[in-house]
Amino acid sequence: MSFDREVIQITLLSLQVSGIATTASLLLGLPFGTWLALGDFRGRSFILSIINTGMALPPVVVGLVVAMSLWRSGPLGDLRLIYTPWAIVLAQTIIAAPVVTGLTAAALESLDPRLQQQLLGLGASRIQMILHLWREARLPLLAALMAGFGSVISEVGASMMVGGNIRGQTRVLTTAIVLETSKGEFERALALSALLLILTYLINLALTWIQQRGVKR
Amino acid sequence: MIQIRDLLIRRGKIDALRVDSLDIRRGETLAVVGPNGAGKSTLLLALAHLIKPARGMITFHNTSLGEWDDVKYRRMIAFVFQDPLLMDLSVRENIGLGLKFRGLEGQEIMTRVNKWAKTMGLASLLNRRAGQLSGGEAQRVSLARAFVLGPELLLMDEPFSAVDPPTRAQLLKDLSRLLSRDHRTTVFVTHNLLEAAQMGDRVAVVIGGELKQVGTPRQIKSRPSDASVRAFLRELPY
Repeated sequence: MSFDREVIQITLLSLQVSGIATTASLLLGLPFGTWLALGDFRGRSFILSIINTGMALPPVVVGLVVAMSLWRSGPLGDLRLIYTPWAIVLAQTIIAAPVVTGLTAAALESLDPRLQQQLLGLGASRIQMILHLWREARLPLLAALMAGFGSVISEVGASMMVGGNIRGQTRVLTTAIVLETSKGEFERALALSALLLILTYLINLALTWIQQRGVKR
Repeated sequence: MIQIRDLLIRRGKIDALRVDSLDIRRGETLAVVGPNGAGKSTLLLALAHLIKPARGMITFHNTSLGEWDDVKYRRMIAFVFQDPLLMDLSVRENIGLGLKFRGLEGQEIMTRVNKWAKTMGLASLLNRRAGQLSGGEAQRVSLARAFVLGPELLLMDEPFSAVDPPTRAQLLKDLSRLLSRDHRTTVFVTHNLLEAAQMGDRVAVVIGGELKQVGTPRQIKSRPSDASVRAFLRELPY
């Protein structure tokens, strides 16, 4: 397969859409997961069970619900987002946010609970305490980020349903692979799959390097 | 300096600690002694305002802890836990952590950290990661991290229970020297009667979630307030 302009455009769009969705899920999931991990309130276990269920949300179900919401007759129809990259970002954020939230909560709950008291006992404000807890849990938190990114870069159902796989507009690597396979263009589909795998590997390699940088053995 | 009146602390539905009346005087070391699970650590957590009383009050400089801003109050005290609970940082950064929280400048932090690292025999370990320290070294870092703050009130929860006996004896000796030199108001929790008698100007006996008696080791030994105190203090070296 020639490394043509269309492949470059599809690859860049995949990275942009999944990158923005991962960032958005981090901005939502990190504080929410922290609140769940450190909070002591009625209903906490119930919310955690919902989040944990959300970690296994089928992308195609998310795609269906988001698509119905964004249709012209849907509650968010006025936003005119359906079949745009932003619709894919929205759906992928809904897929990744529970993953990041659940793994953030698990990462912080795995720390010694007395660490909170120690930090407060040393005069930390609540923000200072949380920043230091995040630092202590940075290895599992980066794993949460990797899992969030992995869940969206590889999904196809939601992107197909809310993006429509429109050439030059909303076609991403996974939807392009599905299309090429359905056309019987297996060589091209395999090449795109290899490209997706290499990109995913390189991004996770970078994140793993950041994760392991501070680990002393 | 600290007054406790009619204090009741609940942990869940259980009454974890009752203190009718206790005064902690400026400059004294009060050793809190009692069997495991008696409520000693609960008392320290309440003094640090890390748990709130169900009833009664604790005052610091005549102001109830409920009226103090928590962060402001905790920046006047220091807490040393049973385990060192060091952060995954260098020894230097660990010792300076509380100073950083207080917004001190880097140069000031460095000067104070170096001084206390030297005092605690940690000068050669400043660049070492916390995870590379022995138990005794880690507990020394924990002590330095508290002393470097120059706290008005030092709260110590069985700080040497996790280290081996020779290291424990040396740390106790060092701590005793520092406390008598600085006259720092200290509440020192231990379940070891000998340690309590060695460290404390006065001893408070907590048994079954209740402060039973406060006095010098000799006073308590000669006039125990009830049978439970008498039974517990049988091991006191007086």
